[in-house]
Amino acid sequence: MTKMNMLQAINSALITAMTDDEKVMVFGEDVGHFGGVFRATSNLQQKFGKARCFNTPLTEQGIIGFANGLASHGSVPVAEIQFGDYIFPAFDQIVNETAKFRYRSGGQFTCGTLTIRTPYGGGIAGGLYHSQSPEAFFAHIPGMKVVIPRNPYQAKGLLLASIRDDNPVLFMEPKRLYRASVGEVPEEDYELPLGKAEVVKEGDHITLLAWGAQIEVIEKAAAMAEKDGISCEIIDLRSILPWDAETVCASVKKTGRLLVNHEAPQTGGFASEISATVQERCFLYLESPITRVCGLDTPYPLAHEKEYMPDHLKTYEAIKRCVNF
Amino acid sequence: MVNNDGVKVRLRGFMVKDRNHLCDVGISHRVNIIDKGTVDIPMLQILRPDGSVHDNADMPDISKATAQKIFQTMHYIRVLDERMVGAQRQGRISFYLACSGEEASTVGSAAALSEHDMIMSQYREQGTLAYRGYRTEQFMNQMFSNKLDPNKGRQMPIHYGDKALNFMTISSPLGTQIPQAAGYAYGQKMAGNDALTICYFGEGAASEGDFHAGLNMASVLSCPVIFFCRNNGYAISTPASEQFSGDGIASRGLGYGIKTIRVDGNDVLAVYLATQKAREIALAEHCPVLIEAMTYRLAAHSTSDDPTGYRSKEEEQKWREKDPVQRFENWMKSKNWLDEAQHKDFIEKTRQEVLAAMKKAEQVDICDIDDLVNDVYDTPPWHLQVQLSQLKQHISQYPDAYPKTSGRIRHD
Ligand SMILES: Cc1ncc(C[n+]2csc(CCOP(=O)(O)OP(=O)(O)O)c2C)c(N)n1
Ligand SMILES: [Mg+2]
Repeated sequence: MTKMNMLQAINSALITAMTDDEKVMVFGEDVGHFGGVFRATSNLQQKFGKARCFNTPLTEQGIIGFANGLASHGSVPVAEIQFGDYIFPAFDQIVNETAKFRYRSGGQFTCGTLTIRTPYGGGIAGGLYHSQSPEAFFAHIPGMKVVIPRNPYQAKGLLLASIRDDNPVLFMEPKRLYRASVGEVPEEDYELPLGKAEVVKEGDHITLLAWGAQIEVIEKAAAMAEKDGISCEIIDLRSILPWDAETVCASVKKTGRLLVNHEAPQTGGFASEISATVQERCFLYLESPITRVCGLDTPYPLAHEKEYMPDHLKTYEAIKRCVNF
Repeated sequence: MVNNDGVKVRLRGFMVKDRNHLCDVGISHRVNIIDKGTVDIPMLQILRPDGSVHDNADMPDISKATAQKIFQTMHYIRVLDERMVGAQRQGRISFYLACSGEEASTVGSAAALSEHDMIMSQYREQGTLAYRGYRTEQFMNQMFSNKLDPNKGRQMPIHYGDKALNFMTISSPLGTQIPQAAGYAYGQKMAGNDALTICYFGEGAASEGDFHAGLNMASVLSCPVIFFCRNNGYAISTPASEQFSGDGIASRGLGYGIKTIRVDGNDVLAVYLATQKAREIALAEHCPVLIEAMTYRLAAHSTSDDPTGYRSKEEEQKWREKDPVQRFENWMKSKNWLDEAQHKDFIEKTRQEVLAAMKKAEQVDICDIDDLVNDVYDTPPWHLQVQLSQLKQHISQYPDAYPKTSGRIRHD
């Protein structure tokens, strides 16, 4: 075990994967010699050579198109999109190509080896285009997996599992935790399961569900609520697609209440999908309406960032409303 | 014209609009592979790096007043950049992006435009904006995201925009303004405006699909737009050599049937003349023109970047010796157009003005919370009204947690 921040844990996962399998290649804007604008790919080029870790021209559609081709050939591309906000030029390649390769060819061809890494999320004074949380767009694409870690330990284990999973995975990294989140991480190889949520803390009165950097937010809100005698169960969804309805519903059946928190705007956010499924499966167990605490339905602001965020205070108030319904 | 290898080379102007599909294609009976360098694209340079004029160089018709305004704007930007990089280090603003080394390309091109021309920029064109007339307080209001900025403090520092000056608000996603510039210019042409659009972008952004789409659209649809590429050798850490293998960005103009000129981006007279000429052609012939300005990003990419990790001090020094501001200063002196005492005074006044404007702007409030939901649509729909009113209630309950807006909540 070594103390690592999330960037170091991601770097360690990439080194592990590249050492383990020669077919793994890492590329994207500035990821080569420089090691990426956040330094997640530091030293990879130096260690594994320019042919396996390299800068690409500045074109996201090119990066993912290239990665799709490379994956269909059987190599294992780990493509970086510098910011989640800049993934949209590649949207066509992801939606219509990455995710549909296998289905349209009857399983003859696939992009299953592809992993797309991208930093996402706000809280860093990034304004409109360095803050977005676009997971719901990708949750709407059959054929993709979407994975989000909450800390360095999760990041390494989930990234290794994503790279080795036989489906294309979008691996979204909460960038405000890159340096802020520090924890013990094994130096050796390990994987954490995709499609599995994790109960981070058990509780009785309400289930709080989030992912990525928002886990810290619901933990803070839960601590406030505990002082009022409200016992909260905390779940990290970890995989947005496919998501672990079983773990979530089992928890809701126990607590009778569900609050979902995400940074992305509320309308059409992934909380909507979760709410629909949970009310279908747990209708008779629910003591109060499922509550969402999300970003506002506006572009991500700068000056009003604090006000915009679904923070611990908004979450705490929502917990009380939900319990006192 | 047929060259030694039997390749038919067209040099009538650059572009042969009638040569489309198979019409008018010459025939060769040898296997002739065309390689880069077949067309040599020279770089227009009027001033040598020491500021002296090349013999027989085309000279722009430039007045003393214009030359002085260009010179002062270049210096103004140096002062502003220096101060704001400092302000970022002090934690007064979150981000800044300097343009040192590139002042000639942005200021020189701006000087060749009409104030009616639309400017669509990437982000390193503060020189263009200052020349157009953007005032220090406007720069500051944007960078401090305060309520006096007409963009309402929604984007990171340096994302300027001012309708009155025909300067389109900057967007961070790279290259998006390139096809938009073609569309805006088409609108100008359809409306019969005596104006065009100039679109700035970096050589890195020119790798985006939008670049290729935009140039092709502009060419096919005959849009009066100047595509101005600042080829400064780097896209963050990525050197131009890892960005493209062709002959710069200029060679692509030919591929799209676009009139093209490559210019020394550190020679403000060359940039001025090239842009004047491009403007004339674009308006007279209703067509796009591509300018590739060869320059160097002396600054770090931004305040989030440290270039020592990817380039050498020697390389930087080599380019520092080609400094565009010094080069122009030498020429101004040779013309006897520079009053040194007055210039010193200008620099001192500018420093004070920048500092004073910064101190003032940082005291101004951000927009009221209502502006969080304004401009998403023309008017906020019901769901945004509900979200706003819930938010106001919440802020009132926890005023200390939201100090920038809690003192000014209006419940209506
Ligand atoms: C679509 C998109 N991808 C990536 C980025 C991140 N990014 C910001 S600036 C930059 C480099 C741009 O280089 P260039 O176009 O050469 O302009 P310069 O910075 O040299 O002026 C990158 C990769 C972005 N803003 N937008
Ligand atoms: Mg550049």
